[in-house]
Amino acid sequence: MIVGGGGHGLAAAYYLAKNHGIRNVAVLERGWLGGGNTGRNTTVVRSNYLYPESARLYDFSLRLYEQLTHELNFNVMLSQRGHVMLAHSRHDLETQSRWVNTLRMHGVDSVLLTRAEVGALVPALDLSPAARFPVLGGLRQPRAGIARHDAVAWGYARAASALGVDIIQDCEVTGFAFGAGGAVSGVATRRGPIRAGRVGIAAAGHSSVLAGLAGVRLPVTSYALQAMVTEPLKPRLDTVVISPATGVYVSQSDKGEMVIGGSLDLFASYAQRGSFAVMQSVIAGTLEMFPSFSRLKLMRQWAGIVDVVHDSSPIIGPTPVPGLYINCGWGTGGFKAIPVGGWTLAHVLATGRSHELAEPFQLERFITGRLIDEAAAAGIAH
Amino acid sequence: MMLLSCPHCGPRDESEFTCGGTTHIVRPPPDSSDAQWGAYLFFRDNPKGVLRERWRHTYGCGQWFNVARHTVTHEVLSVYAMTEAPP
Repeated sequence: MIVGGGGHGLAAAYYLAKNHGIRNVAVLERGWLGGGNTGRNTTVVRSNYLYPESARLYDFSLRLYEQLTHELNFNVMLSQRGHVMLAHSRHDLETQSRWVNTLRMHGVDSVLLTRAEVGALVPALDLSPAARFPVLGGLRQPRAGIARHDAVAWGYARAASALGVDIIQDCEVTGFAFGAGGAVSGVATRRGPIRAGRVGIAAAGHSSVLAGLAGVRLPVTSYALQAMVTEPLKPRLDTVVISPATGVYVSQSDKGEMVIGGSLDLFASYAQRGSFAVMQSVIAGTLEMFPSFSRLKLMRQWAGIVDVVHDSSPIIGPTPVPGLYINCGWGTGGFKAIPVGGWTLAHVLATGRSHELAEPFQLERFITGRLIDEAAAAGIAH
Repeated sequence: MMLLSCPHCGPRDESEFTCGGTTHIVRPPPDSSDAQWGAYLFFRDNPKGVLRERWRHTYGCGQWFNVARHTVTHEVLSVYAMTEAPP
């Protein structure tokens, strides 16, 4: 049984059926499919993470994304338009030189750009030396890009359903049942009890709440991460751009809207709405980069509740309760990891052993101290 | 915009403050186990409900203080001094 019908939960159900032949699977979703963070992100996919464990994990995910439309026979509209992280200082340039070499050693495509190359790629950017955060260069991952977030959830859901998985929406889990040795034997839901020998939680910002129902404490704090879109306009930006100075990242959707994200609202929250104070600073950062966007109107603004852990790396594996597994801790970067999160959660649910990609990302690391402090996770300092 | 009441300066916009996270964390004794140290360093209450946390009036008087706040409604239920016991 999977608790959570977002991308990660649906992908786990699909890979349980497809990779492991386990089709007696239910996905329980409190609301509707993909209505949590899967429908609330900025749809960026990339794999330029710094540590070898992370680069392996996220690049596997990106490779699965590259196959996903064919695999699911559902157009997830993956557009590998690349991702550019700007450098605003000599120190940024030095850091990026180190990153590009590290990333290439991990097999992740990565290119350093000069200021002129950044300008050629992103003509809308303010390249003047008088800019508040002058652009001196950039770091680009050409294979990065964006995908259609709803299609990822729906594609996995349809493919899982076709293989025999039961997907039950409007079915909130309210407790767990335990059997011999304290092992999980099922869940209580608003629509009645359901028995299950193994349960996986994939609930992002609500991971602490669900794990807490089973008496499991997680090193997670939930924050609101907001994003917003402008009115649509003609093609103006054909890559993803992020500024480490302002923490703002922008891409243009296929519909023409500028999709803008930035910093977390830096206090614990389960409210799926962002604070105006942060929205204001995100917009200010956007206009520092793209002064010509100043007259665009914002169409929508929203927030998702993200599960942030101390080292910005995920937790995928068993919990102290036998039979209960968890996939959480992706924080601000869960969308890009949907395929690998599902793949590795399915593996541990099916076999009882962690997938080799997930082995470094276990809950024990918060006791042993072997953190994977992924500074590149967000691309910005949260 | 959240309105927080600094005990010193009175009600101000949230943008003047910095949230310092969970408050009332007690440091374990030096001979604690790895599990106790891990719990102290990394495991925090993360309630969908009332959270007791510390805030600093960074762009005002600079004072730290405690707040009990609801994490869904963001309603501030009480503001109390750093050294006070939770209400």
